[in-house]
Amino acid sequence: MSGKSESTGNSESKKDAVLKYAFYLGCATPLRERAYEISARRVLKELGVKLVEMKGVNCCGLPIDAVNHEMTLALSARNLVIAEKMGLDILTLCSGCTGQLMKTNKHLKGNRESRERVNSYLKIIRMEFKGTIEVKHLLRVFIEDIGFEKLKTYIKRPLSGMRIAAHYGCHLLMPSKYLEFDDFEDPKFLREFIALLGAEPVRYADEKECCGAVIAGVNLDLPLNLIADKFRNVKNAQADAMTTICPSCHLMYDQHQSSAEKMFDETYNMPVLHFTQLLGLAMGIPAEELALDELKVSSEGLLTAMEQTAYVGQSVRKVWS
Amino acid sequence: MTDNAVESEGVKLQTPSRVNPEFKHEVLSMPGGETLKYCFQCGTCTSCCPIADITDSYRPRTAIRLAQLGLEERLLSSDTLWLCAACYTCTDHCPQGVEVKDVLRVFQNLAVKKGYIPRVYREVGKNILNAGYAYKISKFKMKKRIEKGLPPLSETPPAHMEKLAKATGFHETIAEMEDEE
Ligand code: SF4
Ligand code: SF4
Repeated sequence: MSGKSESTGNSESKKDAVLKYAFYLGCATPLRERAYEISARRVLKELGVKLVEMKGVNCCGLPIDAVNHEMTLALSARNLVIAEKMGLDILTLCSGCTGQLMKTNKHLKGNRESRERVNSYLKIIRMEFKGTIEVKHLLRVFIEDIGFEKLKTYIKRPLSGMRIAAHYGCHLLMPSKYLEFDDFEDPKFLREFIALLGAEPVRYADEKECCGAVIAGVNLDLPLNLIADKFRNVKNAQADAMTTICPSCHLMYDQHQSSAEKMFDETYNMPVLHFTQLLGLAMGIPAEELALDELKVSSEGLLTAMEQTAYVGQSVRKVWS
Repeated sequence: MTDNAVESEGVKLQTPSRVNPEFKHEVLSMPGGETLKYCFQCGTCTSCCPIADITDSYRPRTAIRLAQLGLEERLLSSDTLWLCAACYTCTDHCPQGVEVKDVLRVFQNLAVKKGYIPRVYREVGKNILNAGYAYKISKFKMKKRIEKGLPPLSETPPAHMEKLAKATGFHETIAEMEDEE
């Protein structure tokens, strides 16, 4: 069934109907990366997408999969059941949550043994997984439910002259048999999104390199090595900024950027914006309403350059550096 | 290859009593561990792994081989078991259809049962049991949410967390660790 009660099913009518989702925040977004939540809510309001808050939800389960897989399945299934009761598809912001919820959903729908096992846990809290909804990351909602063509009509201030590097991260693409989205080895969806905003998507070495967030609590040095690599590659390609689609990736590149700079005695000074912030800017929403001031690596230089280029029509990099 | 050398050296050092021939069957019987038997040691997983790329101490192929050989203790007690970044690159590239990341996760779950677990998971586990979220929820942050015009964060019933944790054995793991404190 479709979780969007006001749409009737086929994709054409879907794109015109009011879109409505059960909004799943997860942990990292509300508790570590508030700017992502603020900017996502702001652009979705502008786009007329209805978000229904999910009551009583819990962590998606991914952070403890290494400890106890059964508990992870129980936690993610519990979230799915809450959305099932609401009769709505889930909209996610975090790639980690998306991957975990989609995997559990698909696995439990298709595997009776696992479904019965997980339902035996859920029964204790009077819940039952039925398998009636889908899970979608916001970017996939833009692509599949709203459509880039329609999204384009909202772009009032194209980000012309901005060179932006896309960080895809892992969990929106892999494992591909569960995610079934784009080409997991050479994805293009985020570059296309950047182009849609009027900016220039920058290609750089090892675009698909992981941010390492999952092991940051066990060994921070390894992820810092990974992100330093990323910054070098992105800078080599002369990007003005990076964009992410996941709070954990963002946390690594924004909040840990200075640690990587210290570790390697290098300067990156690379603003990392949530893709929702970029979209908001391109839609003409004021920077204050997109929580740009909450970024650790300041985007002020970038924004000033943007203001100027809007009038003179030259590249941001020339103005900025 | 360096890891090859390390591996064969390790194998020679093991005494027969340290080999558990049942171990691979235990892995195969666990959800996610079923594909262990398909691995033919090509090394694709290691060569595409972002962590193996930056440290010599992490080798997914070697971990799989240790399990196939029954070198249980050596595999489960290793710190490097916890360096998997869960990116699934290996899973998507394995020519044999081994669910590499899932198999590695089964090793981690088995290591936990033996008492091997990095400290950070205790913290995360406790947070989830207490309030349903992986991070601690501070009053300050909740106030800040409202100031910023965000709706209050939904509250998770702790009783639900506890019941699920008891049913899945997660509670035992976290509680045991608290005892050790
Ligand atoms: S890629 Fe697959 S078959 Fe090759 S070593 Fe890794 S797990 Fe084994
Ligand atoms: S899932 Fe783990 S082992 Fe596999 S490629 Fe990623 S980090 Fe390496």
